[in-house]
Amino acid sequence: MGKGWCLFFLFWPVAAVVSCAAAPFIGWSFPYDNAQAASNLGIRIDHLFYLILAITAAVFIGTQAVLVYALWRSANNRDERAQHTHGNHKLELIWSIIPGAILLFLALYQMNLWADFRFKNHYPEAAVKDPLAEVTARQFEWRFRYPAIGKQLQPKPQPDDLYTVNELHVPFGKPVLIQLRSDDVQHSFFLPALRIKQDALPGLQIPVWFEANKPGVYDLVCAELCGWGHYKMKAHVIVEPEEEYQAYLKNLTQQQSYDGLGQIAANENGSESEAAEK
Amino acid sequence: MSVLNPSPTGLQPITTHQSHEGPGNFITKYIFSTDHKIIAIQFLFTTLLMMIVGGALALAVRWQLAFPWESMPIVGPWLFAAEGGQISPEFYTMLFTMHATVMIFLVIIPILAGTFGNYLIPLMIGADDMAFPKLNMLSYWFMWPAIACFGMSFKYAGGPAAGWTSYPVLADLAQAAPGSGTAQTFWLLGVTFVGFSSMMGSINYMTTIINMRAPGMTFFRLPMTIWGLFITAILQAFALPVLTAGGFMQVADRLFGTCFFYPSGLVINNAAATVGGGQPLLWQHLFWFYSHPAVYIMLLPIMGMVSDMLSCMCRKPLFGYKPMVFSMSAIASLGFIVWGHHMFTSGMNPAVGMAFMVSTMMIALPSAIKTFNWTATIWGGKLEFNTVTLNCIAFLSMFIVGGLSGIFMAAVPVDVYFHDTYFIVAHFHYILFGATLFGVFAGIQFWFPKMFGRMMNEKLGKTHFVLTFIGANGTFFPMHFLGMQGMPRRYADPYLHGYLEHLLPMNQFMTLSAILMGAAQILLFINIFYSMFFGPKAGRNPWNATTLEWAAPSPPPHGNFDFVPMVYHGPNEYAVVNGDKDFLMQTEQECQPPRNITTSDTSV
Repeated sequence: MGKGWCLFFLFWPVAAVVSCAAAPFIGWSFPYDNAQAASNLGIRIDHLFYLILAITAAVFIGTQAVLVYALWRSANNRDERAQHTHGNHKLELIWSIIPGAILLFLALYQMNLWADFRFKNHYPEAAVKDPLAEVTARQFEWRFRYPAIGKQLQPKPQPDDLYTVNELHVPFGKPVLIQLRSDDVQHSFFLPALRIKQDALPGLQIPVWFEANKPGVYDLVCAELCGWGHYKMKAHVIVEPEEEYQAYLKNLTQQQSYDGLGQIAANENGSESEAAEK
Repeated sequence: MSVLNPSPTGLQPITTHQSHEGPGNFITKYIFSTDHKIIAIQFLFTTLLMMIVGGALALAVRWQLAFPWESMPIVGPWLFAAEGGQISPEFYTMLFTMHATVMIFLVIIPILAGTFGNYLIPLMIGADDMAFPKLNMLSYWFMWPAIACFGMSFKYAGGPAAGWTSYPVLADLAQAAPGSGTAQTFWLLGVTFVGFSSMMGSINYMTTIINMRAPGMTFFRLPMTIWGLFITAILQAFALPVLTAGGFMQVADRLFGTCFFYPSGLVINNAAATVGGGQPLLWQHLFWFYSHPAVYIMLLPIMGMVSDMLSCMCRKPLFGYKPMVFSMSAIASLGFIVWGHHMFTSGMNPAVGMAFMVSTMMIALPSAIKTFNWTATIWGGKLEFNTVTLNCIAFLSMFIVGGLSGIFMAAVPVDVYFHDTYFIVAHFHYILFGATLFGVFAGIQFWFPKMFGRMMNEKLGKTHFVLTFIGANGTFFPMHFLGMQGMPRRYADPYLHGYLEHLLPMNQFMTLSAILMGAAQILLFINIFYSMFFGPKAGRNPWNATTLEWAAPSPPPHGNFDFVPMVYHGPNEYAVVNGDKDFLMQTEQECQPPRNITTSDTSV
């Protein structure tokens, strides 16, 4: 009977390892097709993740194997009595020092990455000098405020600022910084493709920087419970080449400065791009 | 001190305490009882009842994730007739809020401290009762106002909808969400009542363990169970007041507009909120200052209990008793300085994040040491695969997973991605269900004969175990993959977002596993109630265990022992030759030299 139970306890870690090994090939890994982060910092985060995964996988396989083997030995023990021992100093020192060293290494190893990610004096200078937009989270939408073309983002809204809802355009290949704030409750700015997450706290304005490295349309979701509509804070971040981004801004300026008298058909068919072409 | 020369040092007489009357009529014996054993059993049945409630809420959450916006079979039309049997998004937020609340505050903490703490502490240290029996009774009866408050908030005031973390501003201002109204105030009161209950318990446990140990029961002869409960009581006594203070501040914010936790200039539902001046970050610090140690409050007693049970089932002394005690203490003290790892994305100073990252990494070490020690305890043992053993091994196997996924959380840059995704949900369910509840199942099976004088049914127990183990892994392991793919928690309908659309089949598989797991619990209840009345009678020591409680009659009478317990050596003296037995009870003085003692023996 003991053998059956040993196999039972062997089965599940094997299933776990197999499913983890298969995960990247069946789309159970990081989001989007090739599971690669769309930002350089994100790629570094992924590397750290895979490093930890390798270590934990080794520990997982090792401990589960030893556990099952110990069970096997213990279940088939033909001695009259179990072994009488209260411990072994040398052994315990070894298995305290080795994990301790690994954990300390991991802690120190990631400090640079964390500093580059969040320390304000590590932020890219250009991005800090000229923030891209102000992002305001509210129940249950994302609002974006860009400065007018050629101007800088001011802390307070300006008359010529450009506004959008649930659609943020970002140029790729250069670091950008957004000012994150919340109008009502706590939200969290989560860009899974870029591995970016930052809570938006009422009363605080938090700068967040990122650098998208490939064009695409990425989901922007809310990761902090913000009320009954939490799940439907659906927005997109559109990463595009610099010139397309500038064209978008121009288009946006045109639309928002439209006084109702010009040639532009006032979005009768609801399409921004068509309105811009006319 | 070797087992051969029982040391006379550290002898203490049983401390006299406010002695209380023996059982009187039915009410004083079974309802308003001051006997720690009756109170423990009251806690046991209350928490098991609450487990059904918490589990049903979890199944409703899982139903929504597997079949979004579809009417729940049977209960749907009955519960939410107005919505056509659907779970509304408002109700969904209440479901997971109350699932967590019930499971944490009304199941896991009280079943560990209330049931096992109450039952085992006096028996295992050789005392006749708790130091403060009336306070003990009060700590049980404070559960009921808490349950009433949670029930009121759930049923009569729209339901709290801010998650069990109750983060402001959502939880702080009534207009922030439907369900942030009176319900949230009731919820906070409920938490406060539970807090009082735990507080009274922990003071009682600390006093009892420090003052009322039997003669010869030195601190390093305490069974690991008692160490776990003792350290838990200390954690609770120091951390809980902070949450209580925070809770009162939030109640004040809600009722008197004190603005501790919300700033000025908020615009909620297109209406400006009242004056401000506070910060939600303050609540997060106060909340997690308690609620991170609470994770260990939910784990340390189980670590202790599993140490004792494994050692008994392997017929082998616990491997490294003192390192186990020290690593428990290390977990407890580090537990106070890691709360910030819940806040890596919150906007607090990132340099502080670094400090919390290092302390969090380091807390993994004592947990690792404990895991190795348990494995080494099994190594070379003589194991019998009964229900207790199986649940203990499940504890160990699942604790390894939960511990390892914790390392991802500790790594700040990686945690930023995983924060508030299902990866976290996987992690803490592996700890709280996988480790704690399997430990609880083992503990119930192990101490049942002492509690009720009858053995539990092995076949039912094993079937319950197998189904629960399969169901638990099937439910919780895929959560890692959901987290990897970036599925945030607390989403009523994740499939609304393009990158999560394909996760429906995985969620359906998990829900089926969860239903299996839930159904398996019926067997546990059948087993408990059947065995209480019809199980085979158990003697004083059915497991051939060594600790003091097994020297008392089963079930022990009022006052516990029918002799004066004297303790001659440490717990877990198995595999020794003692007449025709392979174990030496803590009360037994004489024995022959233990066989095959290894040279590196570091016995206490």
